[in-house]
Amino acid sequence: MADLINVIENWLKNLLLGWGAGEPLALFILQALGSVLVIIICFLIVIALIWVERKLAGRIQDRFGPNRAGPYGIFQSFADIIKIFTKEYITPKGADKGLFNIAPVLAMASVLAIWAVFPIAVNVIGADVNVGVLYIVAVGAFGILAILMAGWSSNNRYALLGASRSVAMLISYEIPMVVSLLVPVLLAHSMKLSTIIEAQQPWWYLVVAPLSALIFLISSMAEIGKAPFDLLEAESELVAGYHTEYSGMKFGMFYVAEFLHQYTVGALITIFFLGGWAGPLAVQWPILGVVYFYGKSFLVYLVISWIRLSLPRIRIDEMLNLNWKFLIPVSFINLVAVAIADRIMMDLDLKQWMYVLVMFSLNIFILLVSLYLSGKSKPTVERETFPPRPVAVPPGTESK
Amino acid sequence: MVPVIVFAAVSIVTLGAAVAVVTNKNILHSAFYLVLAFVGIASIYVLLEAPFIAVVQVLVYIGAIAILIVFAIMLTRRIMSKDIEQRNAQWIWSALGALILFGVLGWIVYSANWPVVQGAVPDDPIALLGQELLTTYVVPFEIASVLLLAALVGSIVIGREREQDSRSAE
Amino acid sequence: MSIPLNWYLVLAAALFSIGIYGVLSRRNAIGILMGIELMLNAVNINLVAFWRFMDPGRLTGQVFALFVFTVAAAEVAVGLALVIAIYRNRDTVVVEEIDLLKE
Repeated sequence: MADLINVIENWLKNLLLGWGAGEPLALFILQALGSVLVIIICFLIVIALIWVERKLAGRIQDRFGPNRAGPYGIFQSFADIIKIFTKEYITPKGADKGLFNIAPVLAMASVLAIWAVFPIAVNVIGADVNVGVLYIVAVGAFGILAILMAGWSSNNRYALLGASRSVAMLISYEIPMVVSLLVPVLLAHSMKLSTIIEAQQPWWYLVVAPLSALIFLISSMAEIGKAPFDLLEAESELVAGYHTEYSGMKFGMFYVAEFLHQYTVGALITIFFLGGWAGPLAVQWPILGVVYFYGKSFLVYLVISWIRLSLPRIRIDEMLNLNWKFLIPVSFINLVAVAIADRIMMDLDLKQWMYVLVMFSLNIFILLVSLYLSGKSKPTVERETFPPRPVAVPPGTESK
Repeated sequence: MVPVIVFAAVSIVTLGAAVAVVTNKNILHSAFYLVLAFVGIASIYVLLEAPFIAVVQVLVYIGAIAILIVFAIMLTRRIMSKDIEQRNAQWIWSALGALILFGVLGWIVYSANWPVVQGAVPDDPIALLGQELLTTYVVPFEIASVLLLAALVGSIVIGREREQDSRSAE
Repeated sequence: MSIPLNWYLVLAAALFSIGIYGVLSRRNAIGILMGIELMLNAVNINLVAFWRFMDPGRLTGQVFALFVFTVAAAEVAVGLALVIAIYRNRDTVVVEEIDLLKE
């Protein structure tokens, strides 16, 4: 009972073997079933998340949010699904048909592929590859490619502009994201996700490396392209960004990929900084680990939503300055400092709580110093102020 | 039997994509076929039990190089309209030369007697790779980093729009 | 049944030949760069295949493949910067029309 998932797996395997399937075939079927299950759970989560997000946005912005379909509007998402499935697919004139149709699939796939390596509980791991962290970073490249494809193939200036903006942003924010991910890798001495989770058993890396967690949170918020970093789909400038021309389920795939990406970032932060499936009784009862994993990811998701619903959109130069002049230098300094401190303390043979304390204060010290320094530096470009434009007057009435 | 089927499928996709890269009339489609070829080559590395190289292939070639190429094509877009001839005059001779080259290489591969050893991949290849890079190959490693820095600075200097150019264009 | 070394080598040879054809037959400078990328990838397949079949205990082949990655990245960055600079000055990326030194 404690190990529900493996009990079911063994039962299924024996059933398949009893039906005369060979060992490799049975394993293949089980793995296929597992991945389909993970994907279906992802989609179900997204259906719930869309409702939560809209309700939360409504409350934060002092309105009701969906409240018609069912109690508290919980069936709103299902109504939206039915609507989006029955909508017409419109392909714009002059569009590059092949690329136009592949792009949403690729966007979806790039997010789902990340889930392949997640350790969901102590013994429920998709593919426990020893390059897990690098794999997560690499798969993100397909998402960027999908955005480029969508923007180009739509044959629409706004879409192309949105795509090139978002690619510039995604590529530059990938640097602090990867560098801050290196800190957990360095502390756990491994790129295997299960090892990283085991290494943070008593002390989560949120305590050991809070600065990396912060940088990772900021840069991955930029990676999902939501407010305050949503200038790739700034409505007042670009209509809707790279997916302007998409309709029906093709748009739906971009939409779902966006929500799922936000939840996936929550899962990544859970794995790297919040101890993954760890929690009371999670080792004896792996099914509890699953609950902890999804629950923690959901909490991080709520935090991201809260931030993005509270902050206004930043300008493009502020966005680039924040990345190149603050996040990248701080993340590099943090990485080097953590590496040196880790090496020194390895020789000193300290107690574990002292190690954690030193690491924590080192991180906070770097954060405070860099905040102080960045506050002191003057902006290099003076803000241009334009004279007020003349108010439009009806023709013939203007005074000379 | 399974690896053979996988290998055959992957190599057909890779080679087909590679042929499309060099023959497609639309240069942007060529770039996206190039991505497909890179994915196929990454799968070949997985078959060769080198997952680190496979992931780095995806990261560097698709995440950086392919996106750079697509960007460059978009910036020089006037050249990619479909009526411009993409092949030069001597393409038939190039094809012949490439075929002959493939024949010679294939003949060499099959006539040579490779000293194949049976051996297992080390348990933790990534740790070993890091050790090799920072001990035996530390000088090439440093040179590679200097090369990357030089390429970074150089491409910024070359690609930068000079101020007097843009002024004269106005 | 595992795959013999020869198959990998033939695959790499085919990729290399396709790349050479691309380099020789394209008029577009970016197309030529793509051909070069294919050739570099073919070399990498060879390096990793030889590592796996001849010296799997030490990681020399993988190390060299990593160096090829580095060089390829540097080459593409500089190459594309050159292409864009030429496009800005001469309004073309067709290599036959970039013949300023001939005139």
